[in-house]
Amino acid sequence: MTKKNLVVIGNGMVGHKFLQCLIDKGATDDWNVITFCEEPRVAYDRVNLSGFFSGKTAGDLSLVEPGLYHENKIQIHIGDKVDRIDRKTKTITSTNGLTIPYDKAVIATGSYPFVPPIKGKDLEGTFVYRTIEDLEGMSAYAKQSKIGVVVGGGLLGLECANALKNMGLETHVVEFAPRLMPVQVDEVGGDVLKEQIESLGVKVHVNKSTIAIVNEDGQIEGGKVHTMRFADGTELHTDMIVFSAGIRPRDELAKDCGLAVGERGGIIINPACQTSDPDIQAIGECALYENRIYGLVAPGYTMATVAADHLCEPESNQFQGADMSTKLKLLGVDVASFGDAFARTDGSREIAIKDTVKGTYKKLVVNASGSQLLGGILVGDASAYGNLVQLVQNAIVLPPHPEDLLMPPREGGSSFSMGVESLPESAQICSCNNVTKGQICTAIQEQNLLDIGAVKKCTTAGTGCGGCVPLVTDLLKAELKAAGIEVKKDICEHFAYSRQELYSLIRTHQIKTFDELLDRHGKGKGCEICKPAVGSILASAWNDYVLTPSHAGLQDTNDAFLANIQKDGTYSVIPRIPGGEITPAMLIVIGEVARDFALYTKITGAQRIDLLGARVDQLPLIWKRLVDAGFESGHAYGKALRTVKSCVGSTWCRFGVQDSTSLAIAVELRYRGLRAPHKLKSAVSGCTRECAEAQGKDFGIIATEKGWNLYVCGNGGIRPQHAQLIAEDLDQETLIRYIDRFLMFYIRTANRLERTATWLNKLEGGLDYLKQVIIEDSLGICAELEAEMAYHVGTYACEWKTTIEDPEKLQRFNHFVNVDEPDPSLMRVEERGQTRPPYEHERQVVAR
Amino acid sequence: MIQITSLPIVPETPVTSTQWQTVCALTRIIPNTGVCALVNDEQVAIFRIGNEVFAIENYDPFSKAYVLSRGIVGDRQGIPKVASPIYKQTFNLITGDCFEDETVKVKVFPVQVVDGQVQVGISG
Ligand SMILES: Cc1cc2nc3c(=O)[nH]c(=O)nc-3n(C[C@H](O)[C@H](O)[C@H](O)COP(=O)(O)OP(=O)(O)OC[C@H]3O[C@@H](n4cnc5c(N)ncnc54)[C@H](O)[C@@H]3O)c2cc1C
Ligand code: HEM
Ligand code: SF4
Ligand code: SF4
Ligand code: FES
Repeated sequence: MTKKNLVVIGNGMVGHKFLQCLIDKGATDDWNVITFCEEPRVAYDRVNLSGFFSGKTAGDLSLVEPGLYHENKIQIHIGDKVDRIDRKTKTITSTNGLTIPYDKAVIATGSYPFVPPIKGKDLEGTFVYRTIEDLEGMSAYAKQSKIGVVVGGGLLGLECANALKNMGLETHVVEFAPRLMPVQVDEVGGDVLKEQIESLGVKVHVNKSTIAIVNEDGQIEGGKVHTMRFADGTELHTDMIVFSAGIRPRDELAKDCGLAVGERGGIIINPACQTSDPDIQAIGECALYENRIYGLVAPGYTMATVAADHLCEPESNQFQGADMSTKLKLLGVDVASFGDAFARTDGSREIAIKDTVKGTYKKLVVNASGSQLLGGILVGDASAYGNLVQLVQNAIVLPPHPEDLLMPPREGGSSFSMGVESLPESAQICSCNNVTKGQICTAIQEQNLLDIGAVKKCTTAGTGCGGCVPLVTDLLKAELKAAGIEVKKDICEHFAYSRQELYSLIRTHQIKTFDELLDRHGKGKGCEICKPAVGSILASAWNDYVLTPSHAGLQDTNDAFLANIQKDGTYSVIPRIPGGEITPAMLIVIGEVARDFALYTKITGAQRIDLLGARVDQLPLIWKRLVDAGFESGHAYGKALRTVKSCVGSTWCRFGVQDSTSLAIAVELRYRGLRAPHKLKSAVSGCTRECAEAQGKDFGIIATEKGWNLYVCGNGGIRPQHAQLIAEDLDQETLIRYIDRFLMFYIRTANRLERTATWLNKLEGGLDYLKQVIIEDSLGICAELEAEMAYHVGTYACEWKTTIEDPEKLQRFNHFVNVDEPDPSLMRVEERGQTRPPYEHERQVVAR
Repeated sequence: MIQITSLPIVPETPVTSTQWQTVCALTRIIPNTGVCALVNDEQVAIFRIGNEVFAIENYDPFSKAYVLSRGIVGDRQGIPKVASPIYKQTFNLITGDCFEDETVKVKVFPVQVVDGQVQVGISG
């Protein structure tokens, strides 16, 4: 029996999914599968395309396991496009001249970005956002640009704006409609989203219709993009433009061979994904079902499954339309839209809460009786998305006050929370990959899955947009709990303990070295996770010199060489400048050292001076000069106290009520070198004007007329959080006592790499509990905590001083163990009178 | 006392005429750390785990910097490995394979300890 030919046109996300379904069903034994792939590479993850800008390579994004097609005898023609389908002879013809007969054909050609017919749209510097090649073009061009405009404020447009912003461009979004994301959110939601996005520095222009794009000379042809002109007479200068004004199905093949297409494009399909020719199916973004194009990957995947099922057993599964619920993080702002978001169902009602303080908007759409959730919109905080979608999909009866669903649990009252346990087995948990609760639970039980990574791998749930991961995690926890398995908190494969447990083992058994701990409580040889964690605990607990031989191998290179490693393997040197106060004489020493070693010099965000580009072999020489002049290590390399920032306070400032600089210096000297689960930052302000930004620190102090206010657990960084007031009007002695207790309690109980803010967020009982422990001594441990801190303060020694005094230690500070030469690969280029490492594109030039 | 064992690591392709270059005394390498040696104009990262030694190239393909010798050593299911100090990818010290990205691999060098001296093999 000769096998029949199956030609699949397009190897995008959906085309690949279809092939994967065939493979899973073993159908590749019955069919000769031939696929055409116009792009120069096999299917990749377009949904996460923007990851390309954060360093993902084409290889990382690929969806196809190497060898998969070959092993399953699927012929793939990469870089070849199908030009024509001839339905009479049942053949297809490709650009490279192949003519191949088919018994069945599947069209999965996706869509192309729509570029509005604006004059000047073809000038140099205009782009679209769809393929890896598009992104490569954009990123090359962005290097010579300062301003970028995205035309279109939809889902993709905002994602694209994020990319431009991350490339350092001044970013604008121009939207024709009166609001952002007109398809997903309503007017109020659009406003809140606009505000949020503008607060992130992206300029949003709505109600703007572009009439022309011109070059420097005002012409629409030749040269580069320079100015956009709008219908309302306004103009906007820009260096590059990305069009993201919607997609259009690629239906040209279908049209040319006479298949039925929709009025506004799209290949018409029936519930079996068949086109008007039963031997040809269409799936993904090129297909039109019930007059609708589905511009998301999940419906495309469903079509692929249906089409594959249908090919093997006609009369099976049917496509029944798909849910267009989406949840995204756009420029760091959550946006979700699900079900009947616009209350189009007869008699439906809306419940909405807009919080202009938090910048959130939440709307629910319920049926006439208020007993069922039909859909909704969330902007600014979409944490409830997973739960709400489940309520819609499973038609779960709502509590008497549906508005409670939008509220955090109220004090005293219990909020309506819907645990994963109450969901039916058929509930779809992962909509990207269509995985149900039942499938996830079965996989966990039958294959004894213990962590989320394994669940993802086995079930594919959570591997698309990632939106369902919290729900999947809850399911895993529930399953493990039901099976009586304790949820793993192990820090790594070498220790079956959490960081807190290790901390108490080390303290209670007086363990002094990593090897001892490994011998008694661990297995294997350790790794880059447990070693620095244990190194840090040992340092917090015993304050030993971090480079004693028994500790040396535990340290991240930063701690091992007492400096911050930079991208080319050189280090930065940051001497401690307590409170940011420095004498001119000391400042000159820094200047001289920097000059003599040709170090790039920069003022840091924490009131000190960073000297960058020091080679390993130079570090001791540099530090010798600094230590001789009276400087100490700034511990900028360690998970340790960094700086205590200060303002000039009452000494100089006409508003100051206390001497903030002196206190900052005292605090910094007290806690210098204190190792902790993560870095620690502090600041002292001389009055409520708060010039030192103390409320953004792990512990911050603000002067009052009567003393000092203490704030704890704030931080800047990725997720800024304000510190919270824990005690007021303290005298200096009490203040220091509270800080001693606070820091030691944190060091005892936090997880590895958990900053104080996250630690507090997870601490049961929150700030009130912390107050009880630290101020009221509810656990009766305050005396111990203070003693531990006293031990630290009493045994502090500058690591750099210790190091340069010990010739044996200094041996490590050589690039080569066998020759006395620096790393020959290091290069420098000049910029603004200093030197810096070359960028990749400069490297060849420098190397010549 | 350090007990000296001689443990040549079998390289990927059999080396026919290996010449050995002495780089330093084993005692120069603090247990569970690494050093870098210049051998035949190549930067070689040499690690000591207990009294076993391993050698791979010092070049970190992810950061493009010569830094692997300064990574933390350890094991994964018993396989010795080192983590790059820059972006933390880990490499199998026996085969040079990167654990996080199977398409990436660093070179491995033959290495042995003779009379307390660490020697790196140069293929002839
Ligand atoms: C930046 C970006 C972000 C996105 N984010 C999300 C998201 O968060 N969530 C979500 O659900 N969706 C998202 N999408 C949409 C999602 O990527 C698409 O829905 C999905 O890729 C559609 O798959 P497809 O196979 O139909 O089309 P495609 O992936 O476009 O594949 C079609 C392929 O066919 C090729 N082709 C076309 N014509 C021919 C021919 N004649 N011969 C041979 N080959 C041909 C094309 O070159 C292409 O490679 C995003 C899209 C982009 C661009
Ligand atoms: C390898 C990664 C990093 C390096 C090399 C680095 C380096 C530095 C340096 C050298 C300083 C000046 C500090 C000083 O004077 O002591 C600094 C300040 C700062 N860093 Fe980082 N940092 C890193 C990661 C981070 C991360 C992940 C965050 C956020 C979570 C962060 C947030 C900050 C902030 C907010 C400041 C300013 C502090 C202030 O004003 O008090 N850094 N960083
Ligand atoms: S915080 Fe107050 S005292 Fe300090 S500089 Fe600002 S205004 Fe002056
Ligand atoms: S110094 Fe901090 S903010 Fe700047 S690039 Fe490095 S990690 Fe990012
Ligand atoms: S819902 Fe997108 S990955 Fe599961």
